[in-house]
Amino acid sequence: MYRYDEFDRQVVDERVAQFREQVDRRLAGRLTEEEFKPLRLMNGLYLQLHAYMLRIAIPYGTLSSDQMRRLADIGDKYDKGYGHFTTRQNIQFNWPKLEDVPAILGELAEVEMHAIQTSGNCIRNVTSDPWAGVAADEIEDPRPTAELIRQWSTFHPEFSFLPRKFKIAVTGSPNDRAAVKVHDIGLRMIRNDVGIPGYEVIVGGGQGRTPFVGVVLRPFLPTSDLLAYLEAIMRVYNLHGRRDNKYKARIKILVHEEGIDKIRDEIEAEFSGAGGLEVEPDVEEMSRIANYFASPVYEELPDKSAVLDAFEAQNPEFAKWARVNVAEHKKLGYAIANISLKPIGEAPGDATSDQMRAVAKLADQYSLSEIRVTHTQNLVLANVKKDDLHVLWEGLVAAKLADANLGLVTDIIACPGLDFCALATARSIPIAQAISNRFSNGERQSKIGELSIKISGCINACGHHHVGHIGILGLEKRGEEFYQISLGGDATEDAAIGEIVGKGFAHEEVADAVETIVDAYLAQRVDDEKFIETYRRLGAKPFKEALYAAN
Amino acid sequence: MSEKVLTANHLLSGEVVFLGEGELWSPHIQDAVIAQSTQEVDLLETVGQQSVKSQLVVEPYLIDVVRVHGVTEPLRFRERIRTAGPTTRTDLGKQSEAQIEEPA
Repeated sequence: MYRYDEFDRQVVDERVAQFREQVDRRLAGRLTEEEFKPLRLMNGLYLQLHAYMLRIAIPYGTLSSDQMRRLADIGDKYDKGYGHFTTRQNIQFNWPKLEDVPAILGELAEVEMHAIQTSGNCIRNVTSDPWAGVAADEIEDPRPTAELIRQWSTFHPEFSFLPRKFKIAVTGSPNDRAAVKVHDIGLRMIRNDVGIPGYEVIVGGGQGRTPFVGVVLRPFLPTSDLLAYLEAIMRVYNLHGRRDNKYKARIKILVHEEGIDKIRDEIEAEFSGAGGLEVEPDVEEMSRIANYFASPVYEELPDKSAVLDAFEAQNPEFAKWARVNVAEHKKLGYAIANISLKPIGEAPGDATSDQMRAVAKLADQYSLSEIRVTHTQNLVLANVKKDDLHVLWEGLVAAKLADANLGLVTDIIACPGLDFCALATARSIPIAQAISNRFSNGERQSKIGELSIKISGCINACGHHHVGHIGILGLEKRGEEFYQISLGGDATEDAAIGEIVGKGFAHEEVADAVETIVDAYLAQRVDDEKFIETYRRLGAKPFKEALYAAN
Repeated sequence: MSEKVLTANHLLSGEVVFLGEGELWSPHIQDAVIAQSTQEVDLLETVGQQSVKSQLVVEPYLIDVVRVHGVTEPLRFRERIRTAGPTTRTDLGKQSEAQIEEPA
């Protein structure tokens, strides 16, 4: 994985020193809260419902085992012994004290981490495929691109005060595990007709109160043009993005209101030289970055593992985990082990410090000391020998991290909701817990098959409800929580925004409603049809009828 | 007019606090001064702004409360969670100190 060079280290160290001084000035009364707030936000420090919240960047979701251990230590030393992995592949601590934050940032800097650009109207942490570099279906490794964008966008002077926050995602695989079509810019790494690598550039996707699936801006952009083209997009957005209304300030609104053709014309004009763009990445630097992501030296192993086969035959629980949570690796004899952070009845994405340490140790033992964080709030050990899967699983069982539910009905995305978030209008986590408990039976989950439930506690959609097969949005009406359900959303290459199914449900009715939807699906599905396929074949009608039959 | 108390977050710790007697901020809503008139509300807000200026608290605002059997409770569900702690983790927040009832 990427390691800091002297410039990265200097930038982060200087930032820590700056923030320490800013906190000192704030506490001494030389900065008002109004003056200090944008400074703390630029360092990922929010004031939430109960306390401060520190959001720490995990660039494209990649962590070393040492970094994970440091996060665990910070959780114990400065927080409440746990952290929350987010839908943007970051981690949040919910209870830090302001006076401790400079020390926390200092300890993060020691392991090449920071909280820069995890808030504010800037280009946020670049996200990517958590299986990058190892997925069997990958065309190109997206991590060098994501790292290049990270370097280009960090403290970019022209793009530090955008009309609104800006999110870029990159995938190198035709099977999109990075939700690129619902980002401000989505990049799909492709090859053109003659095999030259480049990007399909998608723009104007997003969720929030006005969701859109992104549209193709450029079907093919040569690799070498990436930064200049991104810069052209950012300039057009920076110029025309609405600053008068924060709810209309994202690029998705600009694209929607102006039309993609007009926006494309302006971007292409900017790109072709009208703006004097000369942003070509240094070849040596590109090579340095690429070297960090070079394929590790794998052992030559047979594809089939007798050890794995034997344990699968002996232990049905392990066999189920291996079937559900393990994915195909590009290298024979290796596997991608996905660690669910969705134990039945628990808060999605939470991990205790002890669990973080356990994962770090398992990564050291079995997966080249590296961990990935997914936008679905799970973890990944990306380079596990098939022979080691059983002993890894035993370690996960001991850490209570061996739930075999990846991609199933209990693998729920949920934002922190009203239990933690100052913006939320309703709780998310208890809804996730109720649904998780309702579908706790493993056989039932397997029978239902692939089904994504995503829950947001307000219209800002941090829980990605718009792109859930079943999306749940928590709102408040006359002092009571109620929940709107949408169906047919999809975050993959077939991205779609879910359709609201009808009137909302009370807090205690939501799990019943989800069960009704699932039962309707099981009654209607043909052969091995997935939920989303049944929905696309039949539309919302049978689900609405089932949900509102009594009315 | 509904009864009101002034709440904020402690600058240093971020903890939720309530304005009590003697212009002191308390982590417990039961210590809060309850304003019952416009004049009393104005007084709370004036003290709140002074506390902001003197780096004690941030983002003060008024919340509606009711008194049930002598216990002060926020009216809004959001504020009940804020006063007690996350409903999903009763080991966290003020409720973990067993000094305040969990929100219903």
